[in-house]
Amino acid sequence: MRPVWDDLLRAVIDPQSMLALDESRWDLVLRQAYAAGLLGRLGHLAQQQGIEQQLPRPVWHAMEAMLTLVAQQQRAVRWELLHLQRVLAGLPGPVLLLKGAAYAAEGLPPAGGRLFSDIDILLPRDQLDAAEAALMLGGWISEAREAYDQRYYRQWMHELPPMTQVSRGTTLDVHHRLLPLTARIQTDPAPVLQASVPVAGFPGFARPQSLDMVLHSACHLFHEGEWGHGLRDLVDLDALLRAELRSRGSSLWPELLDRAARLKLGRPLFYALRYCARLLHTPVPPEILSRCPDRAGALHSAWMDALLLRGFGSAHPGSQRVGTSVANFLLYVRSHYLRMPPHLLLPHLLTKAWMRWSEKRQAKEQAALPGAEGG
Amino acid sequence: MSRLNQLDPTLVRRRLASDGLLIRTGPFVYRLRSRLPQVAEGLLAMYPLADSPEQGLADFHLRIDSVTGLRRWWRPQVNAWLDGYTPFLPLPADQAYALLEWAMNFCVAGHAHHYLMLHAACLERQGRCVILPGHPGAGKSTLTAALMLSGWRLLSDEITLVDRDTGALHALARPVSLKNASIDVIRGFAPQACLGPLARDTHKGSVAHLQPSALSVDGMHLTGRPAFVVFPRWRKDAETSWTPKGQAEAFELLARNGFNYSMLGRLGFELVGGLIDSSRCWSFEYSRLEEAIPAFERLAQEGAP
Repeated sequence: MRPVWDDLLRAVIDPQSMLALDESRWDLVLRQAYAAGLLGRLGHLAQQQGIEQQLPRPVWHAMEAMLTLVAQQQRAVRWELLHLQRVLAGLPGPVLLLKGAAYAAEGLPPAGGRLFSDIDILLPRDQLDAAEAALMLGGWISEAREAYDQRYYRQWMHELPPMTQVSRGTTLDVHHRLLPLTARIQTDPAPVLQASVPVAGFPGFARPQSLDMVLHSACHLFHEGEWGHGLRDLVDLDALLRAELRSRGSSLWPELLDRAARLKLGRPLFYALRYCARLLHTPVPPEILSRCPDRAGALHSAWMDALLLRGFGSAHPGSQRVGTSVANFLLYVRSHYLRMPPHLLLPHLLTKAWMRWSEKRQAKEQAALPGAEGG
Repeated sequence: MSRLNQLDPTLVRRRLASDGLLIRTGPFVYRLRSRLPQVAEGLLAMYPLADSPEQGLADFHLRIDSVTGLRRWWRPQVNAWLDGYTPFLPLPADQAYALLEWAMNFCVAGHAHHYLMLHAACLERQGRCVILPGHPGAGKSTLTAALMLSGWRLLSDEITLVDRDTGALHALARPVSLKNASIDVIRGFAPQACLGPLARDTHKGSVAHLQPSALSVDGMHLTGRPAFVVFPRWRKDAETSWTPKGQAEAFELLARNGFNYSMLGRLGFELVGGLIDSSRCWSFEYSRLEEAIPAFERLAQEGAP
C-alpha cells in the first residue's frame, strides 16, 4: 500500500492545512491520527488556531471527544501526583518526573491534547529501597510476581518492576537510570539529577532541565521496541525543541550537542533531530546534524531510514508501506539488542519462553480439575 | 442520499462485502463491512428507513466477519473489528447480528465523549422526553419497546446522549435489544412488530432486535427536552405503582448510570444537574404492559401518571 500519511503530517506541521481537507480525506486522517495517538494533538492545534468551528462537524466532534478524555487523564495524573508527593515526602530527593507526567504537571508544550498511560519517576539509586518501602505503605504493589521477573528488573534494568496503586489502579515506573544497566549506551543519571529543576505547583517534585528532557525523550524513543506511538513521541520532541528554540534562540543547538556529548546520548539525539527535521520540518540546521556526537554513518543511516520510516507509519494500515511488518520485527529485535548484550539476552528470552509455556500448561491443568470453574 | 430500502439488496450486499455500507443513525455514520449473510439480512430488516450515504466521512469503521483458522469451519465463530482492531472475544456464528449491534453500541459508548452518555433508554411523546435508566433485567427494554410500539418516539434504547452545550437529548433511533422472555412478550403485545435474527445462548441469553418505528427513524435528527426520569422495575405480579423520587437520590442514580459521567468532570455534574432540574422523577414498578402504557400516556399528556 502507498504511504498516504502526508495529510496527517502536514496537519501537525501546519494546522491551518486541516481546513483544506475534504470529508473523504478526513475519513483516513482521523483514523490515522487516532491510531497514532495524535487525534487529541490535532484537536489541541485546531483550538490554538481558533479553527475548530470551521472543521467538518464530525471531525471536530471526534477531536472534542478525545480532548475530553485527555482532560480527564491529565486531571487524574495531577491528582495522582498529589498523592505520590505525600507518600514520597520523607525522601531526601530529588524525585524527578519524566516524560508525560512532567508535561502534564507543568503544562509543557507536548502536553496539549496528549494521552498518558502511566507515571514515570527518576530518583537516585541509593534512595530506591526507601522509595519502594514508602510506596508499598502508600498502596503501590509490584506487578512482577515471579522471582525471576523481580531479579530481571533489579539486576539488569533501569527501573523497578512496574507498580500499581491498589485503589486507584494507576501504574508507576520508578527509574534510577535513563537506560538499562545492561544497555549498550551507558549514560550516567547523576548529571541529570544534579541539573534538575523544580516543578511549578508540585514542591515535592523536580524534572530534568529542558535539554535533558529532549535527550531523555530521544533516548526513550530510539530504544523503543513497539513503534505504534513512535510518531506521537516524535511530535513530543518537536514540541520541546520548538519551545526551546523560541526561548534560547539558535544557541539551543550547540548547547544540545554539548549536553548530548556529556551524557553520551549523541546517537539517540542524532536520530531525533534527523527524523524531526525530516517528518515534522523542525528547523534543525544541517550542520548541527553533521556535528552531532556519535552520529550514524551514511550506510547505517540509510538502513535506519528503511526501518524507522516504516516504524513511524506503522500505527495504521493506511500509512503502512511494503515491509512494515518485517521492519517492526527488526525494530523489536533491535530494541532488545540495545538493551542487553546477546549473552544475557538469549538466556533471558529462553527463560521467558519457558515461563510462558509452563504457565499455560498449569492453567490448562487447573482448568481440567473438577470444580475449578466455580472458583 | 437514499434510504436502505431504496437500494437494491444486491448492491447493499456488495457494498458490505467490499468498501463498506454507510449507515446514519442520529449524529453518527458507521461504515459497515461484512461478508456474512446474517449481517446483511439483519441490516436490511432492522434499518430499512435509515439514510445510507454513498460516500463521505464515517465516525466508526466496523467489520463483522468469520474468524480465520479452524474456527472458520468447525463450530464457526465470528468477530468484530473496529478499524482493524478487535476489542472483543469471538462469538458463535449465529450471534453475528447481535455482535454487530453490540459493537455499534461499543463504538458510541467508548468514543463519543463529546456527549454525556447515560446507560438509559429515552423516548418522547408530546414534546416531552422520559429517561429510563435501568439495570439489565429491570424490564427497561421491554417497556421501551412497548412504548415505541404505542406511538412514542424512540431516541435510544441503550445510550441516552446529552448535548454538552444545550443539555438537549439526541436520538440514535437504533433497534431495541430484547432478551429472553421479553421477545415473546413483545410478539404478543404487537404481532406486527418486526424482529431481527434470533441469537441463542448469548451471555445475555436469547437476544433479538426490534426494528425502530418510522416515527423514530424519521425524527432522528430532532433533539428532545428532558421532562421525566423514571426508574423502571419489572416484578412478577406487581401492581402498577409510581413512587416519587427525591432529586438528590435521582441525581445520584442517574450519575451512576453515566458511561462517561466522571470523565466529563464538572461538566458531567452540571449536565446531570440540569436534567434533574428539568425533570420530575419517579420509580415505577409494573408487571402488566397493558396498565403501564396508559399510565405513561397520562404522564405525557398531563405531566403526572
